[in-house]
Amino acid sequence: MAHDIAHPAVDTTTGLDHRKLAIWTFIGSECLFFASLIGTYLVYKGKSVVGPFPHDAWVSPAGQHLEPIFEIPLVTFGTAVLLFSSFFVVLALANIQRGNRKAFLGWLGATIVCGLFFIGMQVYEFTHFVHKGLGFTTNLFGSSFYALTGFHGTHVTVGVIWLTSILVLGLRGKMPPEKALNLEIAALYWHFVDVVWIVIFPVVYLMS
Amino acid sequence: MTGNPLIREKAWPSTSIYWKVALVLFALTALEVAAFEVAHRDIATLTAIVAPILIPILILLSAMKFALVAAFYMHLKQDSIFFSGLFVFPILIAGGLILALLALFSYARTFAAGG
Repeated sequence: MAHDIAHPAVDTTTGLDHRKLAIWTFIGSECLFFASLIGTYLVYKGKSVVGPFPHDAWVSPAGQHLEPIFEIPLVTFGTAVLLFSSFFVVLALANIQRGNRKAFLGWLGATIVCGLFFIGMQVYEFTHFVHKGLGFTTNLFGSSFYALTGFHGTHVTVGVIWLTSILVLGLRGKMPPEKALNLEIAALYWHFVDVVWIVIFPVVYLMS
Repeated sequence: MTGNPLIREKAWPSTSIYWKVALVLFALTALEVAAFEVAHRDIATLTAIVAPILIPILILLSAMKFALVAAFYMHLKQDSIFFSGLFVFPILIAGGLILALLALFSYARTFAAGG
Protein backbone atom coordinates (compact mmCIF):
# COMPACT_ATOMS: atom_id res chain seq x y z
CA MET A 1 0.00 0.00 0.00
CA ALA A 2 1.31 3.44 -0.89
CA HIS A 3 1.62 5.73 2.11
CA ASP A 4 1.80 9.34 3.22
CA ILE A 5 2.21 12.46 1.18
CA ALA A 6 5.78 12.87 -0.02
CA HIS A 7 6.17 16.36 1.23
CA PRO A 8 3.19 18.13 2.74
CA ALA A 9 3.34 21.91 2.74
CA VAL A 10 4.74 23.48 5.91
CA ASP A 11 4.62 27.06 7.05
CA THR A 12 7.93 28.30 5.64
CA THR A 13 8.76 30.71 2.82
CA THR A 14 9.49 27.82 0.45
CA GLY A 15 6.76 25.54 1.78
CA LEU A 16 9.50 22.99 2.48
CA ASP A 17 10.68 21.83 5.89
CA HIS A 18 13.91 23.61 6.81
CA ARG A 19 15.40 20.52 8.45
CA LYS A 20 14.95 18.53 5.27
CA LEU A 21 16.36 21.39 3.22
CA ALA A 22 19.37 21.45 5.55
CA ILE A 23 20.09 17.71 5.25
CA TRP A 24 19.83 17.85 1.43
CA THR A 25 22.23 20.82 1.36
CA PHE A 26 24.61 18.91 3.62
CA ILE A 27 24.35 15.84 1.36
CA GLY A 28 25.13 18.06 -1.64
CA SER A 29 28.30 19.30 0.05
CA GLU A 30 29.25 15.72 0.94
CA CYS A 31 29.07 14.80 -2.76
CA LEU A 32 31.96 17.19 -3.40
CA PHE A 33 33.89 15.87 -0.40
CA PHE A 34 33.72 12.29 -1.67
CA ALA A 35 34.32 13.38 -5.28
CA SER A 36 37.68 14.84 -4.24
CA LEU A 37 38.63 11.57 -2.49
CA ILE A 38 37.45 9.38 -5.40
CA GLY A 39 39.24 11.67 -7.87
CA THR A 40 42.45 11.43 -5.85
CA TYR A 41 42.16 7.63 -5.73
CA LEU A 42 41.69 7.48 -9.51
CA VAL A 43 44.59 9.85 -10.18
CA TYR A 44 46.96 7.65 -8.14
CA LYS A 45 45.49 4.34 -9.32
CA GLY A 46 48.21 2.07 -10.69
CA LYS A 47 50.97 4.57 -9.84
CA SER A 48 52.39 2.80 -6.77
CA VAL A 49 56.06 1.93 -7.14
CA VAL A 50 56.19 -0.64 -4.33
CA GLY A 51 53.63 -3.24 -3.19
CA PRO A 52 51.29 -4.45 -1.88
CA PHE A 53 49.07 -3.94 -4.92
CA PRO A 54 45.29 -4.31 -5.02
CA HIS A 55 44.93 -6.54 -8.06
CA ASP A 56 48.44 -7.77 -8.85
CA ALA A 57 50.77 -10.25 -7.18
CA TRP A 58 54.01 -8.75 -5.86
CA VAL A 59 57.34 -9.64 -4.32
CA SER A 60 58.09 -8.34 -0.82
CA PRO A 61 61.51 -6.79 0.04
CA ALA A 62 62.34 -10.16 1.68
CA GLY A 63 61.81 -11.89 -1.67
CA GLN A 64 58.49 -13.43 -0.69
CA HIS A 65 55.90 -13.84 -3.48
CA LEU A 66 52.57 -12.44 -2.29
CA GLU A 67 49.06 -12.48 -3.71
CA PRO A 68 46.93 -9.37 -4.51
CA ILE A 69 45.42 -8.13 -1.26
CA PHE A 70 41.77 -7.53 -2.17
CA GLU A 71 39.20 -10.07 -1.01
CA ILE A 72 36.33 -9.45 -3.40
CA PRO A 73 33.84 -12.03 -1.96
CA LEU A 74 33.98 -10.49 1.53
CA VAL A 75 33.54 -6.93 0.26
CA THR A 76 30.74 -8.02 -2.09
CA PHE A 77 28.91 -9.49 0.90
CA GLY A 78 29.48 -6.26 2.84
CA THR A 79 28.11 -4.28 -0.12
CA ALA A 80 24.97 -6.43 -0.24
CA VAL A 81 24.49 -5.98 3.52
CA LEU A 82 24.78 -2.19 3.17
CA LEU A 83 22.26 -2.21 0.30
CA PHE A 84 19.83 -4.23 2.40
CA SER A 85 20.29 -1.82 5.31
CA SER A 86 18.95 0.94 3.03
CA PHE A 87 15.95 -1.27 2.35
CA PHE A 88 15.45 -1.93 6.06
CA VAL A 89 15.58 1.74 7.06
CA VAL A 90 13.00 2.65 4.42
CA LEU A 91 10.71 -0.05 5.89
CA ALA A 92 11.33 1.38 9.37
CA LEU A 93 10.28 4.80 8.08
CA ALA A 94 7.13 3.42 6.42
CA ASN A 95 6.16 1.69 9.67
CA ILE A 96 6.74 4.65 11.97
CA GLN A 97 4.54 6.75 9.68
CA ARG A 98 1.77 4.14 9.94
CA GLY A 99 2.17 3.92 13.71
CA ASN A 100 3.44 0.31 13.68
CA ARG A 101 5.85 0.74 16.58
CA LYS A 102 7.08 -2.85 16.79
CA ALA A 103 7.81 -3.11 13.06
CA PHE A 104 9.52 0.30 13.13
CA LEU A 105 11.80 -0.78 15.98
CA GLY A 106 12.49 -4.17 14.37
CA TRP A 107 13.49 -2.78 10.96
CA LEU A 108 15.54 0.01 12.54
CA GLY A 109 17.35 -2.57 14.69
CA ALA A 110 18.06 -4.64 11.56
CA THR A 111 19.49 -1.53 9.86
CA ILE A 112 21.83 -0.90 12.78
CA VAL A 113 22.98 -4.53 12.80
CA CYS A 114 23.76 -4.27 9.06
CA GLY A 115 25.71 -1.05 9.69
CA LEU A 116 27.67 -2.70 12.49
CA PHE A 117 28.43 -5.67 10.24
CA PHE A 118 29.76 -3.33 7.56
CA ILE A 119 31.99 -1.52 10.05
CA GLY A 120 33.23 -4.89 11.35
CA MET A 121 33.97 -5.99 7.79
CA GLN A 122 36.00 -2.84 7.22
CA VAL A 123 37.93 -3.19 10.50
CA TYR A 124 38.75 -6.81 9.58
CA GLU A 125 39.82 -5.74 6.09
CA PHE A 126 42.06 -2.91 7.32
CA THR A 127 43.67 -5.17 9.96
CA HIS A 128 44.22 -7.87 7.35
CA PHE A 129 45.86 -5.37 4.97
CA VAL A 130 48.16 -4.02 7.69
CA HIS A 131 49.27 -7.58 8.43
CA LYS A 132 50.01 -8.00 4.73
CA GLY A 133 52.26 -4.95 4.83
CA LEU A 134 49.95 -2.20 3.57
CA GLY A 135 50.15 0.82 5.88
CA PHE A 136 48.81 4.33 5.32
CA THR A 137 52.20 5.55 4.06
CA THR A 138 53.42 2.35 2.36
CA ASN A 139 52.54 3.50 -1.15
CA LEU A 140 50.14 5.72 -3.12
CA PHE A 141 47.53 2.96 -3.19
CA GLY A 142 47.61 2.61 0.61
CA SER A 143 47.27 6.35 1.25
CA SER A 144 44.43 6.92 -1.21
CA PHE A 145 42.64 3.65 -0.34
CA TYR A 146 42.66 4.17 3.45
CA ALA A 147 41.68 7.85 3.07
CA LEU A 148 38.71 7.08 0.81
CA THR A 149 37.32 3.95 2.48
CA GLY A 150 38.26 5.20 5.96
CA PHE A 151 36.25 8.39 5.53
CA HIS A 152 33.34 6.34 4.22
CA GLY A 153 33.60 4.00 7.21
CA THR A 154 33.58 7.03 9.52
CA HIS A 155 30.34 8.18 7.87
CA VAL A 156 28.84 4.71 8.39
CA THR A 157 29.85 4.87 12.07
CA VAL A 158 28.20 8.30 12.47
CA GLY A 159 25.08 6.89 10.78
CA VAL A 160 24.98 3.91 13.15
CA ILE A 161 25.28 6.23 16.19
CA TRP A 162 22.51 8.48 14.79
CA LEU A 163 20.16 5.57 14.08
CA THR A 164 20.91 3.99 17.47
CA SER A 165 19.93 7.23 19.22
CA ILE A 166 16.58 7.12 17.35
CA LEU A 167 16.15 3.45 18.30
CA VAL A 168 16.71 4.32 21.98
CA LEU A 169 14.12 7.12 21.72
CA GLY A 170 11.75 4.66 20.05
CA LEU A 171 12.24 2.10 22.81
CA ARG A 172 11.42 4.79 25.37
CA GLY A 173 8.21 5.59 23.48
CA LYS A 174 9.44 9.01 22.38
CA MET A 175 9.09 8.44 18.62
CA PRO A 176 5.40 8.83 17.75
CA PRO A 177 4.33 8.99 14.06
CA GLU A 178 4.40 12.82 14.26
CA LYS A 179 8.17 12.63 14.78
CA ALA A 180 8.75 10.46 11.71
CA LEU A 181 10.65 13.32 10.07
CA ASN A 182 13.49 12.77 12.59
CA LEU A 183 13.93 9.26 11.21
CA GLU A 184 13.43 10.44 7.62
CA ILE A 185 16.35 12.86 7.93
CA ALA A 186 18.61 10.19 9.47
CA ALA A 187 17.48 7.77 6.73
CA LEU A 188 18.43 10.28 4.01
CA TYR A 189 21.94 10.45 5.47
CA TRP A 190 22.05 6.65 5.64
CA HIS A 191 20.95 6.28 2.00
CA PHE A 192 23.61 8.79 1.00
CA VAL A 193 26.28 6.69 2.73
CA ASP A 194 24.91 3.74 0.76
CA VAL A 195 25.02 5.49 -2.65
CA VAL A 196 28.59 6.63 -1.98
CA TRP A 197 29.53 2.98 -1.44
CA ILE A 198 27.70 2.07 -4.67
CA VAL A 199 30.29 4.28 -6.41
CA ILE A 200 33.31 3.29 -4.28
CA PHE A 201 32.80 -0.48 -4.61
CA PRO A 202 33.28 -0.76 -8.40
CA VAL A 203 35.84 2.08 -8.59
CA VAL A 204 38.12 0.67 -5.89
CA TYR A 205 37.51 -3.07 -5.87
CA LEU A 206 36.34 -4.05 -9.37
CA MET A 207 38.13 -1.71 -11.80
CA SER A 208 41.63 -3.11 -12.08
CA MET B 1 -2.87 21.02 -4.50
CA THR B 2 -0.83 23.71 -2.75
CA GLY B 3 -0.12 25.79 -5.86
CA ASN B 4 3.55 25.83 -4.84
CA PRO B 5 5.68 24.55 -7.78
CA LEU B 6 8.30 23.22 -5.34
CA ILE B 7 5.86 20.76 -3.79
CA ARG B 8 4.78 17.50 -5.46
CA GLU B 9 2.05 15.86 -3.46
CA LYS B 10 2.65 12.29 -4.56
CA ALA B 11 2.20 9.23 -2.40
CA TRP B 12 5.38 7.42 -1.41
CA PRO B 13 6.07 3.98 -2.91
CA SER B 14 4.39 0.90 -1.46
CA THR B 15 6.29 -1.77 0.51
CA SER B 16 6.13 -4.08 -2.51
CA ILE B 17 7.95 -1.45 -4.60
CA TYR B 18 10.65 -1.24 -1.90
CA TRP B 19 11.03 -5.04 -2.06
CA LYS B 20 11.30 -5.00 -5.86
CA VAL B 21 13.93 -2.24 -5.76
CA ALA B 22 15.92 -4.23 -3.15
CA LEU B 23 15.89 -7.32 -5.37
CA VAL B 24 16.97 -5.33 -8.44
CA LEU B 25 19.81 -3.73 -6.41
CA PHE B 26 20.95 -7.16 -5.27
CA ALA B 27 20.79 -8.50 -8.84
CA LEU B 28 22.77 -5.53 -10.19
CA THR B 29 25.49 -6.07 -7.54
CA ALA B 30 25.65 -9.74 -8.50
CA LEU B 31 26.00 -8.71 -12.16
CA GLU B 32 28.87 -6.34 -11.26
CA VAL B 33 30.79 -9.10 -9.53
CA ALA B 34 29.95 -11.60 -12.30
CA ALA B 35 31.32 -9.17 -14.92
CA PHE B 36 34.49 -8.73 -12.84
CA GLU B 37 34.97 -12.49 -12.42
CA VAL B 38 34.36 -13.19 -16.12
CA ALA B 39 36.83 -10.47 -17.11
CA HIS B 40 39.54 -11.86 -14.80
CA ARG B 41 39.17 -15.58 -15.49
CA ASP B 42 39.83 -17.43 -18.69
CA ILE B 43 36.28 -18.37 -19.68
CA ALA B 44 36.66 -18.96 -23.42
CA THR B 45 35.03 -16.26 -25.57
CA LEU B 46 33.13 -14.63 -22.68
CA THR B 47 36.32 -13.15 -21.21
CA ALA B 48 37.34 -11.78 -24.60
CA ILE B 49 33.97 -10.03 -24.91
CA VAL B 50 33.61 -8.69 -21.35
CA ALA B 51 37.22 -7.71 -20.48
CA PRO B 52 37.52 -4.75 -22.92
CA ILE B 53 34.16 -3.29 -21.85
CA LEU B 54 34.38 -4.05 -18.12
CA ILE B 55 34.70 -0.42 -17.02
CA PRO B 56 31.68 0.84 -19.05
CA ILE B 57 29.65 -2.13 -17.73
CA LEU B 58 30.58 -1.31 -14.12
CA ILE B 59 29.85 2.41 -14.58
CA LEU B 60 26.44 1.63 -16.11
CA LEU B 61 25.44 -0.86 -13.38
CA SER B 62 26.69 1.48 -10.65
CA ALA B 63 24.73 4.42 -12.14
CA MET B 64 21.57 2.28 -12.25
CA LYS B 65 21.94 1.32 -8.58
CA PHE B 66 22.65 4.93 -7.61
CA ALA B 67 19.55 6.16 -9.49
CA LEU B 68 17.30 3.48 -7.96
CA VAL B 69 18.32 4.30 -4.37
CA ALA B 70 18.02 8.05 -4.98
CA ALA B 71 14.65 7.82 -6.74
CA PHE B 72 12.85 5.26 -4.56
CA TYR B 73 14.60 5.04 -1.17
CA MET B 74 15.50 8.73 -0.91
CA HIS B 75 12.07 9.51 -2.40
CA LEU B 76 13.39 12.02 -4.94
CA LYS B 77 10.85 10.72 -7.45
CA GLN B 78 7.99 11.80 -5.19
CA ASP B 79 9.54 14.59 -3.14
CA SER B 80 10.06 18.25 -3.95
CA ILE B 81 11.93 18.95 -7.17
CA PHE B 82 14.00 21.44 -5.18
CA PHE B 83 15.60 18.55 -3.26
CA SER B 84 16.40 16.80 -6.55
CA GLY B 85 18.18 19.98 -7.66
CA LEU B 86 20.11 20.18 -4.39
CA PHE B 87 21.37 16.63 -5.00
CA VAL B 88 21.83 16.47 -8.78
CA PHE B 89 23.62 19.82 -9.19
CA PRO B 90 26.48 18.91 -6.75
CA ILE B 91 26.72 15.46 -8.40
CA LEU B 92 27.30 17.16 -11.77
CA ILE B 93 29.98 19.38 -10.22
CA ALA B 94 31.47 16.31 -8.50
CA GLY B 95 31.64 14.44 -11.84
CA GLY B 96 33.30 17.48 -13.43
CA LEU B 97 35.76 17.67 -10.53
CA ILE B 98 36.82 14.03 -10.98
CA LEU B 99 37.20 14.45 -14.77
CA ALA B 100 39.17 17.68 -14.29
CA LEU B 101 41.53 16.00 -11.79
CA LEU B 102 42.12 13.09 -14.18
CA ALA B 103 42.74 15.44 -17.12
CA LEU B 104 45.05 17.68 -15.08
CA PHE B 105 47.23 14.84 -13.81
CA SER B 106 47.23 13.12 -17.19
CA TYR B 107 48.46 16.38 -18.77
CA ALA B 108 51.05 16.85 -16.00
CA ARG B 109 52.45 13.34 -16.60
CA THR B 110 52.55 13.84 -20.37
CA PHE B 111 54.27 17.19 -19.87
CA ALA B 112 56.78 15.65 -17.44
CA ALA B 113 57.48 12.74 -19.81
CA GLY B 114 58.11 15.18 -22.66
CA GLY B 115 60.60 17.14 -20.52
